[in-house]
Amino acid sequence: MGNPMKIRAANKDGITEVKVLISHEMETGQRKDANGAIVPAWFITELQAKHGDKVVLQGEFGTAVSKNPYLAFKFKGGAKGEKVTVSWKDNKGDSRTDEAVIA
Amino acid sequence: MNTQRRNVLKAGSGAALLSLLATAGIITPGMALADWNKAAFDAKSMADTLKALGAEAPADSKDVQVTGPDIAENGAVVPVGITTTLPGVTMVAILIDKNPNALAASFTLPEGTEANVQTRVKMGQTSNVYALVKANGKFFMATKEIKVTLGGCGG
Amino acid sequence: MRQTLWIKTLAAAALTAGLTSLPAHAQDSRVNDELAKYREALADGNPADLLEVRGEGLWREKRGPKQASLEACDLGLGPGKLEGAYAQLPRYFKDTGKVMDVESRLVHCMVSLQGFKADEVTRHWYSKPGTESDIEALVTFIGAKSNGLKIHAPASHPEEARMAKMGEYIFYRRSGPQDFSCAICHGQEGKRIRLQELGNLTTPAGAGEAMKTWPSYRVSQGAVWTMQRRLIDCMRQARWPEPNYLSDAVIALETFLQKTASGTVMETPGIKR
Repeated sequence: MGNPMKIRAANKDGITEVKVLISHEMETGQRKDANGAIVPAWFITELQAKHGDKVVLQGEFGTAVSKNPYLAFKFKGGAKGEKVTVSWKDNKGDSRTDEAVIA
Repeated sequence: MNTQRRNVLKAGSGAALLSLLATAGIITPGMALADWNKAAFDAKSMADTLKALGAEAPADSKDVQVTGPDIAENGAVVPVGITTTLPGVTMVAILIDKNPNALAASFTLPEGTEANVQTRVKMGQTSNVYALVKANGKFFMATKEIKVTLGGCGG
Repeated sequence: MRQTLWIKTLAAAALTAGLTSLPAHAQDSRVNDELAKYREALADGNPADLLEVRGEGLWREKRGPKQASLEACDLGLGPGKLEGAYAQLPRYFKDTGKVMDVESRLVHCMVSLQGFKADEVTRHWYSKPGTESDIEALVTFIGAKSNGLKIHAPASHPEEARMAKMGEYIFYRRSGPQDFSCAICHGQEGKRIRLQELGNLTTPAGAGEAMKTWPSYRVSQGAVWTMQRRLIDCMRQARWPEPNYLSDAVIALETFLQKTASGTVMETPGIKR
């Protein structure tokens, strides 16, 4: 179970804007530790955002996505009080799902 | 050979490992590892990456924009995005020419989601950043150079 | 070392080469505009917010041999009073007879309220890849509780005044193999190293610009840095011997800088290069 992410969702004129901030190391697999050994790649590979039951975004990340990934996108629809869910999984098999209420 | 591949091969076969992990509850059936476009993310050059994405000759388009600053104070975190007014967009992707692997991220956009996605990427050096868009089955691309600086006191 | 310097010089030259079509002052302002854009984009999604949540958890959790939370910790405004506390530190504390900053006071609370040993809790006073720092998370949380409030550290108590004077002395004292003082880089307007502006820390506005954003997420480090970490690293960069964590030297400098910065509204946690 990864660390909690921060999701902000706000509806304006029928469009819901979602901003996500995820806590994740996103190790590239190119960094060396203090002993000179390579720190293995550890990064989010897939991400999915849903509005209720509807998938509104699917993403695939590589190691070039920054540490503590940030994501912003918009979709048509969504009303105040409805739920937006974001899930991710990484290359080590860890995963996380968090939700937020549309403001 | 990267660590991930070595571990999967060690497990005997990818499928065996996946089912093992699935029973352990670590990978849910809906999200199989195989979905991640390994070929595209492992490709190094722009050409190989575009090929792996099935987008070998994307057309330049003025209706596609790479959003982001002209200069990034630090290459570890560069805010970039893709925006386009083209209709029928189903996929957008960010590619960075001078990175070890050109593909940074790709997004599938269902009906109703705007073709306007922002994220933050790592850039090893000043480079052209490309926005690749799939609209109505065809590929389009635009580019912007983003300069990466070395700051002042050793970062 | 020389090779890296050469590469960095090349990179800087290559960057300016792209802008040489503009007159010098226009180059500067165009670069500044673009950097402002970069910083603005970063501000909308500060990973420090994630650490803040963790810090709050640590504040409220019953921990240590005494199984107590930090909720009774007095940061200067009374036990458990968090709002505005960071903005008034460093300050003199009667119970310890010392001028303390947020980190030294926090460690004091972790020892006295929770029963931890000082060397235990300060072992990982700053985070590294793979190692988290509780202090870092707590300071991020405490700092955020002063967001929007004015820095108010007048150093009026005799002990505070003494520390501020010591801090001022340290600020202007040239030492180390490069004969650097803080003032050499931070004692005048309009200076920069490559594309990093060097704030003038001797004026209320300049000191305020700097002090208002700490603790801050540093994207180049992928971590939140506290004021102590920033100052100790500044000293390292000036090629001074690094002072110990929580030593009087660092707190004195903080007292001097916070006094100068008083009046500036805090914007923390910050996010920067």
